[in-house]
Amino acid sequence: MSDTAIESRTVKLVYFAWVRERVGVAEERVALPGGIATIADLVRWLKGRDEGYEAAFAVESIVRAAIDHEHVKPDASIAGASEIAFFPPMTGG
Amino acid sequence: MTPLIRIQREDFDVAAEVAALTSARSDIGAVVTFAGLCRDEGGRLAALELEHYPGMAEAEISRAADEAARRWPLHGLVAIHRHGLVKPGEQIVLVIAASAHRRAAFEAAEFLMDYLKTRAPFWKREHLRDGTTGDWVEAMDADDAAAQRWG
Repeated sequence: MSDTAIESRTVKLVYFAWVRERVGVAEERVALPGGIATIADLVRWLKGRDEGYEAAFAVESIVRAAIDHEHVKPDASIAGASEIAFFPPMTGG
Repeated sequence: MTPLIRIQREDFDVAAEVAALTSARSDIGAVVTFAGLCRDEGGRLAALELEHYPGMAEAEISRAADEAARRWPLHGLVAIHRHGLVKPGEQIVLVIAASAHRRAAFEAAEFLMDYLKTRAPFWKREHLRDGTTGDWVEAMDADDAAAQRWG
């Protein structure tokens, strides 16, 4: 492993509403390969896993993300994140 | 002033929540309540299913309530949001803002509702009268525009 490689680590992912249905699970722990620094990086990697993820993130700009219960933008760093959530635009109220 | 935030499956009693906020004090001159109800969408809907993100729902509404408390001189602030199955005619959400004068109470209640609709992690799905499960409700641009005017 080179000096610059980012160590593989596991993170909890949670999904809601139609993102959850397309992915097929409500939550999971995944071991992230090195080089995934942001939410956008993570989405790109997830889309490569199977058709369910591909369908969930087909229109990346629609899916919202949160890190440890706070809304974040796609360019947000996932360093130190323990729980990352993906979900559609909210429709409460 | 500590905002009261509750996420719950069961219904709520608007009058009881107002009484809890105003009883035993005499400095409140204005109470604004907003209750959001489930429509039947022209007879089409049997129920709305409300999914939420436990933990983040409370955290996000608390952040909005704290922001409202910073912007307006409030004596009380309540936000209650239900999850699970809600039938047409039933209540979904309650916001109460109390202040010495009406303007702060009106504005804070509207701010909190606008914020809640666009940022609180809840999602509605339709259950139809014919027994089938319908679509997830789509977010409305008008709600985003309403939230954005608060800056």
